Amino acid sequence: MSAADTVAPDAVRQSGRWVFATGVALLVLWVLVPIWLLMVNALSSPAEVTAFPKSLIPSFDTGSMAFFFGFGGVLDALWNSVQVAAVTMILAIGLGAPAGYALSRFDFPGKEAFRFLVIMTRAFPLPLLALPLAVMFIRTGLDDTILGLALVHATLALPFAVLITFSLFSGIPVELEEAAWSLGCNRVQAFRKVVLPLAAPGIAASAVFAFVISWNEVFAAAVLTIQNKTLTAFLLQSLDVSPLHLKFAGGAVLVIPALLFIFAVRKYLFAMWGIANR
Amino acid sequence: MAEIRIRGVAKSFGSFTALHEVDLTIADREFMVLLGASGCGKTTLLRIIAGLETPTKGEVWIGDRRVDGLPPRERGIAMVFQNYAVFPHLTVFENIAFGLRMKKMAQAEVDRRVTRTAELMHIEQLLKRYSGQLSGGQRQRVAVARALAMEPEVILMDEPLSNLDALLRMEMRAELKGVLAASNTTTIYVTHDQVEAMSMADRISVMNGGRIVQAASPVEVYRNPAARFVGSFIGNPPMNFLPATRAPGGWEVAGRLFPGPANAPDRIEFAIRPEDIAPASEGFTATVRVVEPLGPHTLVTAEVQGALFRAVLDSDSLPNPGDRLTLAPVPDRVRWFDPETQKALT
Repeated sequence: MSAADTVAPDAVRQSGRWVFATGVALLVLWVLVPIWLLMVNALSSPAEVTAFPKSLIPSFDTGSMAFFFGFGGVLDALWNSVQVAAVTMILAIGLGAPAGYALSRFDFPGKEAFRFLVIMTRAFPLPLLALPLAVMFIRTGLDDTILGLALVHATLALPFAVLITFSLFSGIPVELEEAAWSLGCNRVQAFRKVVLPLAAPGIAASAVFAFVISWNEVFAAAVLTIQNKTLTAFLLQSLDVSPLHLKFAGGAVLVIPALLFIFAVRKYLFAMWGIANR
Repeated sequence: MAEIRIRGVAKSFGSFTALHEVDLTIADREFMVLLGASGCGKTTLLRIIAGLETPTKGEVWIGDRRVDGLPPRERGIAMVFQNYAVFPHLTVFENIAFGLRMKKMAQAEVDRRVTRTAELMHIEQLLKRYSGQLSGGQRQRVAVARALAMEPEVILMDEPLSNLDALLRMEMRAELKGVLAASNTTTIYVTHDQVEAMSMADRISVMNGGRIVQAASPVEVYRNPAARFVGSFIGNPPMNFLPATRAPGGWEVAGRLFPGPANAPDRIEFAIRPEDIAPASEGFTATVRVVEPLGPHTLVTAEVQGALFRAVLDSDSLPNPGDRLTLAPVPDRVRWFDPETQKALT
């Protein structure tokens, strides 16, 4: 064996490690730098926001946040966001969890097609649907209402709700249900007494995920609401007229709950993609 | 009375036929084992009796009720699953009490039954635990206790011991047999383990390819297989088979003449169990291939006229590979099979 044969793989491994480390570092920076900027600016005084260079640690001045929450219409928009997200959550789980259960427990013709179509709903660009939807909503009186926007958000959240609950129910052995049937339960009782207690944490997680999808959604919110804007739509609308520190404070208020929620339910979201649910 | 009658029960999954019109009657309080290799239809049959699978056709009767249209909860059965199916979100106590609570039984009676069955299965010290804190053997005990607490007419068991290690399996086998005999229930027990079947059953139903090949007592199944499959499936090592041709005055097998069935085709099969063979002055000439000393006896794998031939000999005899032995079958243990129909000939 020549020297080249033994050295070369080491060199390759070495540079491979470098590529890997650099890639990881880039991805981490890609996510963390905007969040860091958001935090620093949201927790600085309005004067510091426009200053440069930034300090690594914010000054923990509440000036920007106080200004943001005192800004006309912010609290209403925040409340609208919460309401829309809550209704979205209920709709997405109310419809998605039964679909996920059916997919995991029953074989029916067109099952694979159904699963495919569920994912395909994400292939339609929302801008394409938003204008016809706006027209329809105006005709039916759903425009500018919490329910109308929640319906659109529920459509966006449903595929995820179906997929997460599908993997969740698939992880509960069918024998547990069969045992419950043989011990005197009908289907509904077995579901309530055995499946639901076991699936509850995961269902809560996918509910939180639906909440976050609605919370973060901006396009449909901006098009379909006028008076009852959600926080994202409100910020978008006032983007060009509001001072910089207001934007940063608003961004932070939007991002922090979403980040915390997603972090709390991350293991169930991994399960959705077939990574072991541990 | 919980006699179980299965009448012409068939089950197809698409184009695959899992069961071919099975008929079987299981007496009240009988311990019936359904034995077969995986895919033979034994679990499907059990699940049809339990109500977890609907038959394509046929009838299932428990006592004097036809149950094939009823949901599992109305059949008066309790089932023990291969993977135990102990509810992970409930304590052992609540697991055992689950079915009793569904019957809206008074708390005092629930306490009494749970305590009694827990003692029976030696898990009374585990009642406050959750299944995550139990070993496989303990979970199995909980699953059996949960079924017994229902005091059902019929207990169905789907390979209940196959997930346990060998030693535990042997221990549980004896214990289960005792507990079930005392419980006065009719038991149907599915297994692929012939030792389990032989040691526990009142009767064994040997299944193959979606059919019941033989339903008889363990000794009968072992001594008088109704079909070639039963002889080759049961017994470790299985039966030896040699071709036999009609000859004047009997049947010629490997150069020897045996008396045999009178009413038979010209070519049949001679069969003998390996332990029914002994070295003798006259018999088959066997060339030894492999010798396995097992302690109580020696397993010799040999060749008789090109056919595989195993013999269980006394452990004092230790032949060498290549040796020629003269082996004679015990005359009244010889069996005959028709190679066409696979059925036993007498």
